Amino acid sequence: MPATKVHVTTTINGEPVEFLAEPRQSLLEVLRDVVHLTGSKEGCNDGNCGACTVNMDGRIVDSCLVLGVEAEGADIETVEGIASAEGLHPLQQAFLEHAALQCGICTPGFLVSSKALLEKEPNPSEERVRMWLAGNLCRCTGYDKIVKAVLAVAKEMAN
Amino acid sequence: MTTTYEPNKVLSNKEYKVVGTRPIRPDGADKVTGRAQYGADLQLTGLLYAKTLRSPHAHANIKSIDFTKALALEGVKAAVSAKDFPETKDTANYGLGDSPMNYFRGNILADKKVLYKGQAIAAVAATSVHIAEAALSLIDVEYEVLDAILTAPQGMAKDSPILHDDLFTKEFEKQTNVNSNIAEHFQHKMGDIDKGFNEADIVVERTFDTSTVHQGYIEPHNVTALWNDDGRVHVWTSTQGAFTVRAAVAEALAITVSKVKVTPMEIGGGFGGKINVYEDPVAALLSKKSGHNPVKMVMSRAEVFEGTGPTPGSHMTVKIGAKNNGKIVAAQANLQMEAGAYPGSPVGAAAMCVFTAYDISNVTIDGYDVVVNKPKTAAYRAPGAPNAAFATEQIIDELAEKLKIDPLELRLQNAAKEGTRRADGPIHPRIGCVEVLEAMKEHDHYQSPLTPAKNGGKVGRGVGLGFWFNIGMQSACNISVNNDGTVNLVEGSTDIGGSRASIAMHAAEVLGISYDDVKPQVADTDSIGYTAITGGSRTTFATGWAAYEAANDVKSQLIDRAATIWGVDADSVEMKEGIIRSKTDTELNMTFKDLSAQLNDTGGPIVGRGAVDPSGPGGSFCGQICDVEVDPETGKTDVLRFTVVQDAGKAIHPSYVEGQMQGGSVQGIGWALNEEYYYSDDGRMNNPTFLDYRMPTSLDLPMIDTVIVEVANPGHPYGVRGVGEANIVSPQSAVANAIKSAVGTRMQKMPMNPAAIMEQLWSNE
Repeated sequence: MPATKVHVTTTINGEPVEFLAEPRQSLLEVLRDVVHLTGSKEGCNDGNCGACTVNMDGRIVDSCLVLGVEAEGADIETVEGIASAEGLHPLQQAFLEHAALQCGICTPGFLVSSKALLEKEPNPSEERVRMWLAGNLCRCTGYDKIVKAVLAVAKEMAN
Repeated sequence: MTTTYEPNKVLSNKEYKVVGTRPIRPDGADKVTGRAQYGADLQLTGLLYAKTLRSPHAHANIKSIDFTKALALEGVKAAVSAKDFPETKDTANYGLGDSPMNYFRGNILADKKVLYKGQAIAAVAATSVHIAEAALSLIDVEYEVLDAILTAPQGMAKDSPILHDDLFTKEFEKQTNVNSNIAEHFQHKMGDIDKGFNEADIVVERTFDTSTVHQGYIEPHNVTALWNDDGRVHVWTSTQGAFTVRAAVAEALAITVSKVKVTPMEIGGGFGGKINVYEDPVAALLSKKSGHNPVKMVMSRAEVFEGTGPTPGSHMTVKIGAKNNGKIVAAQANLQMEAGAYPGSPVGAAAMCVFTAYDISNVTIDGYDVVVNKPKTAAYRAPGAPNAAFATEQIIDELAEKLKIDPLELRLQNAAKEGTRRADGPIHPRIGCVEVLEAMKEHDHYQSPLTPAKNGGKVGRGVGLGFWFNIGMQSACNISVNNDGTVNLVEGSTDIGGSRASIAMHAAEVLGISYDDVKPQVADTDSIGYTAITGGSRTTFATGWAAYEAANDVKSQLIDRAATIWGVDADSVEMKEGIIRSKTDTELNMTFKDLSAQLNDTGGPIVGRGAVDPSGPGGSFCGQICDVEVDPETGKTDVLRFTVVQDAGKAIHPSYVEGQMQGGSVQGIGWALNEEYYYSDDGRMNNPTFLDYRMPTSLDLPMIDTVIVEVANPGHPYGVRGVGEANIVSPQSAVANAIKSAVGTRMQKMPMNPAAIMEQLWSNE
């Protein structure tokens, strides 16, 4: 009983991408298993941990709650798209300098979420950072160093 | 007036060149770009996907398992049950002591009987994960459902259903012939408990209950296994101990360890929960049965909650007596802990910690390890100690309140010191209990008025003090010198929180070279000597020490080589700060870099080795100060301010030490306020998702301020004490004591969620 696959044309990290997806496959499954971008992680598969967070048309979404076929015509950014030819994004560098990751499994989601926050609000308060990142679970750090890293980048970018 | 203070302080006594600095971790770039390879990211040619069938019942006999329909589904390649395990010996030992083989294998694939909902019964491999999932629903299993028991007191009751007909109580270290759910009852005694309580002017006794909680790592368990055509098994997995997996897979499959190679992938959190082995041997069996294809298994979140971990619920009575002047004269504990389906709760460790922060002459501790119809408990960060501290630290707080003594003063007055005997036997070596308490007392947080309420609730402050003993065990490390003046460092400890960095720093310090010139990597089990688990707060302590030894080996070989090149006696040559020089002839000197470039032409490569099994891990003390706001109408509690103080011995990489302190404390806050397995009467976990098993988010917390105290551990070259665990022991008590201070009710149940707080407030009215 082979499932009928759907042809999808989309943009991922600035590159045009085509793939075939079963209608039941989540965007996360397509990213990881079809397009082979394994930077987005599966922690719960029900939209509660945020490890699979990607940016879709300017909004952050849990890619486990989006169907792969919904990527048609969309513009998607994953953790793989954050660094550039010039090097790491300031948030990536700050996460390293502030020791804002321990095991690192939640880090891709936090980076995608934090980048979207700073693009919308370049100078957020601590409370605002905590609110924005509340959809991303981290079990290792207690969030202290993550929040400090994001606030440090905001301050750095303001200067 | 604004008070200024440093939120992250390090109270150092001794400075080094590399040790104590905060360099960027070697695996950092891969982990912020999505390139790091975690287990679930692995792809191999010919890969099959497997899923596990799990018991829908908490307690049942398995009458039959029929794979006929499942195997007929297109794309299904193999199915296995416990019947597929080969005949073998009666006991299993994979590095953590002996256990009966039927218990060890039973927790991998149940045979004849299931003992908790979520227990693995069978597994199916197929060409896609969706086909494997579909096949599970086609397996016919016939059950005979039995009554479930869910708490230690239920399991200990005379008329309780018995889980295992082959489990006989061990009583005071002697095997009895009593078949019961009590796997073991032990006792530690010191002094004369009756005399102690008779001397006391005040005695406080209370009973506490805590719920089952999970480690909550974000990465689900995963494994890929290939049983190759040549008979060798290769396992790629997310584990805290590659050698533990190697031994466990070998024991389960009745093959020798050298037939198994384990490649530890990057690990997405463990906290003790990724020491036990679950699907690894199953994937190997499926690989063999499917015609030697690699088989990948990744658990769902519900499988992680229902089939792995947790740390136990407990039922504890603690009684402490003191003189009017605050001197504690007697302490007694009765600790009953749920082992889960098979024996082995952390009650032994709980008993090692329950009164260990204090110098008390008369102590009796009774511990009970009780099997119940819940997942077999796994280690979780200082296993058992947080439960015990929840009882002890609240009673200490109540004594302080009744004696009108400051709670930190009372703890200082009774604090354990070097020479204090623990009730379980050992005498404390040099420890930092007093230093931690003093740093808490002097901290801006403790000196400041209560944090004002944010939402008009009642505010309160509490403190807690915790101890964890830490472990040593075996580690190995190889260091080879590159001809550009750098070294490659190979070790066997999975890196869960920056340990590649802290281990490399040991080597850089010894060799007097830059941290950036040490390239650490974590090797598979074919490529490095035996290394025990990343657990027990041992990794920086023991594997760091192995790196220290390997670097010293390299150093002595470099000195020999320079002496050979110069034609002088090796005793006349030394190496300091990366320079090799003659002690007598100032003309004879060269940098490590210059010498490394000459190695291949002057006798060949230099490779150093370090292998250790240290006995003096050095226990760590940790305390918390917590301000909370409680809404007296809803019982909702918010943490307003939080400070954690821990003795690290020596913080090799202070940022990652702080990370341990903050992370452990926040897990403790979640445990205190929200987290629990919410069970139905028939033993089903009603909340196996991150929506309903509510772990703390960034919005639930303030900054977690830290103070690293450094009381050097005489049992380590740089004074290191493990720091991974002591920090989770007493945040729960600090929160409980803060709630008491805010609303006046003494919390005897954990979690202290709104319902529990309201129930207790109403019952006090």
